[in-house]
Amino acid sequence: MNVLILDYGMGNIKSVQKKLNNKTINIKVSSLPSDIIWADKIILVGVGHFKNAMNNLINFNLIEELNNFVMNKKKPILGICLGMQLMCDYSEEGNIDGLGWVRAKSKRFITNDKLKFKIPHIGWNQIKIKKNSNLLNEIEELSEFYFVHSYFVEPTDKNIILSQTNYIHDFCSVFQNENIIGTQFHPEKSHQAGEILLKNFIAL
Amino acid sequence: MFRPRLIPVLLIEDGMLIKTKKFKSGVYIGDPINAVKIFNDLRADELIFLDISASKNKKTISLELIETVGEESNMPFSVGGGIKTIDDIKKIINSGAERVILGSVACENPSFIKEASDYFGSSTIAVCLDIKKDFFGNYSIYYMNGSKKLSLPYLDFISKVESLGAGEIVIQSVLNDGMMQGYDLNLFSKISTILSIPLVALGGAGTMSDFRKVYKNGFVNGIAAGSMFVFHGTEDGVLINYPSKKEIINLFK
Repeated sequence: MNVLILDYGMGNIKSVQKKLNNKTINIKVSSLPSDIIWADKIILVGVGHFKNAMNNLINFNLIEELNNFVMNKKKPILGICLGMQLMCDYSEEGNIDGLGWVRAKSKRFITNDKLKFKIPHIGWNQIKIKKNSNLLNEIEELSEFYFVHSYFVEPTDKNIILSQTNYIHDFCSVFQNENIIGTQFHPEKSHQAGEILLKNFIAL
Repeated sequence: MFRPRLIPVLLIEDGMLIKTKKFKSGVYIGDPINAVKIFNDLRADELIFLDISASKNKKTISLELIETVGEESNMPFSVGGGIKTIDDIKKIINSGAERVILGSVACENPSFIKEASDYFGSSTIAVCLDIKKDFFGNYSIYYMNGSKKLSLPYLDFISKVESLGAGEIVIQSVLNDGMMQGYDLNLFSKISTILSIPLVALGGAGTMSDFRKVYKNGFVNGIAAGSMFVFHGTEDGVLINYPSKKEIINLFK
């Protein structure tokens, strides 16, 4: 199996790559559209500003092949953190449109209790599983994962929500719309639970 | 349930892991990679690496070390010490760190905080400030390993750091460093009251209940400690230790 970690100039790719290292799959880190054609699965990581990420995807000329991979070929893709948010219609960060694969918006956390709830939400938090999926096989209810984000994803179709997490309010921490999967947390930084999730994605 | 992070701080001097008291008298602890392996097995929440020899040696922490840490660990870690340029940050992030911690540069050249957070996003940029209380009980920010004092009132400067785009602030109380007699709760609650971004407390942990106190009364989001996680009880023996997930969840309930 060919797994592509898309390198579009947004953040720490090495840690994902290291956690996937496994002799039975071919892993490539690349920013070439031709490698999207090569791939059976794609991981879209991302740290930083939504607008910069969208601009980089456009400037690296990746959007057409990505759309083809996701919407026509319907192959599995995993968006992590900002990668998940990019899959949505729109983000309040930069007020711009995303890739539009999932009917959802990315919204900023707002709170009146500034002493208790600092933004970004940084740290370990639990997931409450809402729907079964092979992606969450062997992941226990209330497992902790590592989060770093100021914006959260709000899907229009609540049926795609696999898990929720509470910070200020409940928000969607994992979604899956057929082949399109997003996690708001960083599985590559989440000890054993994160390793299982990445392994499950590879096994899908 | 959200809970605060418990963060071991590993001080690096010329590639070795050491521990200080009130910023002085470094005690040799061991090989940093060995410590990382142990903290990884103990499932620590996060690690902070501070290279205290970096400024003196006019270079950042060894990138080889960061890469090895990234390979050995399944947890986030931040790196500080001697960072001065966008290129320094790029190299550290590309070597596998989650976040960088700006120290003296944040005091000498605050506009660099904005430059860095615009480039990498706020969540990648943390700022660490050292605070010392004087004879009259007034707090001030010190930099360059405690040798220089910032003239601006400390709360004003901390607000400025937030408005320049830092994603997190680590406050180290110099006089509590290595003393294991508890955190300065008054200091942390004052700072947290004016901040919207996460605050990490560092300096003074001696017991597990100190962690709970600084969370409940100091309103911090991250709790960092050095001695607590590397010494066993009194400072006689080096023993890397970390509470279990169950203990942590119960502690912060």
